[in-house]
Amino acid sequence: MLSKRIPLRVSARLKSRRTAGDTVIDTLICLFFGIFAIICIYPFYYIFINSISANDLVERGSIVFLPQGVHLNNYIKVLELKGLGMAVVNSLLRTVLGTVVHVISTAFVGYAMSRQEFWHRKFWYRFMIITMYLSAGVVPVYLNMKMLGLLNNFMVYILPGAVSAYNMILVKTYMESIAVSLEESAVLDGAGYAVRFTKIILPLSKPILATVAVFKAVNEWNAYMDTILYMSSGKFQTLQSMLWRYLNQATELSKMLMSGGISDSAAASFELNPISVRHTLTFITVLPILCVYPYFQRFFVKGIMIGAVKG
Amino acid sequence: MKKKNTILTHDKNLTPGFRLFLMTLPFLALVFIFSYLPLWGWRYAFYDYRPPKALSDCTFVGFKHITSMVGNPALAKNVFRVLKNTLGMSLLGMATSWIPMLFAMFLAEIKSVRYRKFVQITTTIPNFISWIIVYSIAFAVFSSSDGLINNVMAAFNPEWKRINFLADANHMWLKMWAWGQWKGLGYSAILYISSIAGIDQEMYEAASIDGAGRFQKMRYITFPCLLPTFITLLIINVGNFLNRGMDQYFAFQNALNKEYIEVIDLYVYNQGIVGNAMSFSTAVGMTKSLISLVLLFIANTVSKVFRDGESIF
Repeated sequence: MLSKRIPLRVSARLKSRRTAGDTVIDTLICLFFGIFAIICIYPFYYIFINSISANDLVERGSIVFLPQGVHLNNYIKVLELKGLGMAVVNSLLRTVLGTVVHVISTAFVGYAMSRQEFWHRKFWYRFMIITMYLSAGVVPVYLNMKMLGLLNNFMVYILPGAVSAYNMILVKTYMESIAVSLEESAVLDGAGYAVRFTKIILPLSKPILATVAVFKAVNEWNAYMDTILYMSSGKFQTLQSMLWRYLNQATELSKMLMSGGISDSAAASFELNPISVRHTLTFITVLPILCVYPYFQRFFVKGIMIGAVKG
Repeated sequence: MKKKNTILTHDKNLTPGFRLFLMTLPFLALVFIFSYLPLWGWRYAFYDYRPPKALSDCTFVGFKHITSMVGNPALAKNVFRVLKNTLGMSLLGMATSWIPMLFAMFLAEIKSVRYRKFVQITTTIPNFISWIIVYSIAFAVFSSSDGLINNVMAAFNPEWKRINFLADANHMWLKMWAWGQWKGLGYSAILYISSIAGIDQEMYEAASIDGAGRFQKMRYITFPCLLPTFITLLIINVGNFLNRGMDQYFAFQNALNKEYIEVIDLYVYNQGIVGNAMSFSTAVGMTKSLISLVLLFIANTVSKVFRDGESIF
């Protein structure tokens, strides 16, 4: 690109000035980033190859670069563990419902806040913004949930996160950039707010809504503190909270393996053991993120940029 | 403004703005219920709340819990400890907050676009997994019985004594910082990478013609262009000095490392929810929230001065 824009003679001179030192530095930079990239992705690969390799080899720690004795028994057996199927359903349900509710609510509040005629707009906008900076703390929030009857209630996954001030700002900023004239013509045709919102504003805001949806979905899938805080009953466990319990309670894990009806006579390489459960469950939990990640990467970048502009 | 209003009005009883407000009211009510109503719970800090009993049956103790944070030697020791952990880790994070900027500056030096994309994509992945998964990975790599590091070391050296990296309380702040970098470095760099992409290429060309080398261009063009972003983020960090969150520390805590890993948020959780000192931990949490608010206010004022009237919120 450089050589295209500056006169040939100059560019030739610039090229000749590339010294051996430059090449060494280039190599070092590439090497550093290569190593860091490997550090970032190798753990995922390590867990994956360990979840599909023969379990006795895994226990001895001999699976480092390539899988050996490949089998999918762990995945089949893990899904048969007590409560695991329910956890998968809960994780999926909270991610889908939570995201849908969040996007609709946040989009509407963002739209309302972008309209100058909103009743005491300044006050309500500040009312939203303050929530980003003032939190009551874990205990008052917990007592509040208890008072509202939301302990061991699926709604605790959906309602508290329905509207977020941060995403509302993103949506509002975007909607403010949509030409007012588009709406004015609809007003002349007698369209109310609901029609204008669904027919004009929503379709035009697709890019920002997609960004918000991606961020929210990832957050919902990754959330675990709410399960640990508010869901004492096993009915509402998610994959994340199950994994946390397995990581922390080795004795409970072996007990569950017993009650899962896994016979001792099975070959050691296929038998489920605490290590294989951990690897397998971790990979199941992380798999959806790894699968959607390449497609959503551009949304992340866009989201950061819009967020940064508003700061 | 007036003209617009006459266009928008088509119900004489309600102004359109008020109608829009009514439509938004359910959502605003949700915000009130989940963000403002808990503040009413701060009153627990002024009672000796014992959970099975109703609050009205508990004795009102005024500021006892707040003064006991410094007055009661046993409690004061713990509060001081978690405050030290919080400030220590916050300072460590702030002192190294230039790393993402450097990361982006050197990444931009890579000529191959595909290699750059590859690095950017792979280093961003860890940001999108939960701290539970990060802990699970830490377990798989560092645990004493079946962790990768110990396994590999034992394979090379039969005499190797297995080290339990996760339970070891030494260098806890540094380890937490390192995991934070592993998870967040690539992601934090994206902002700087995008800023670099926005720098006018002609500046670099002009510098090249003037004979500037690679590092001179970085020092005199890229760095000054990124500095405002860096300073703004640093100021926001000051505002969030006490808010470490608890996700990371919650995932990594165990009986052995608790002394050095407990930050204020985690301490409040451990005392109030796991233990049953609800009133005391509410008092601690409330004090933290109020101090944070003051810090944020100061940060915002500084930011206003620094950025010519542009505040961070």
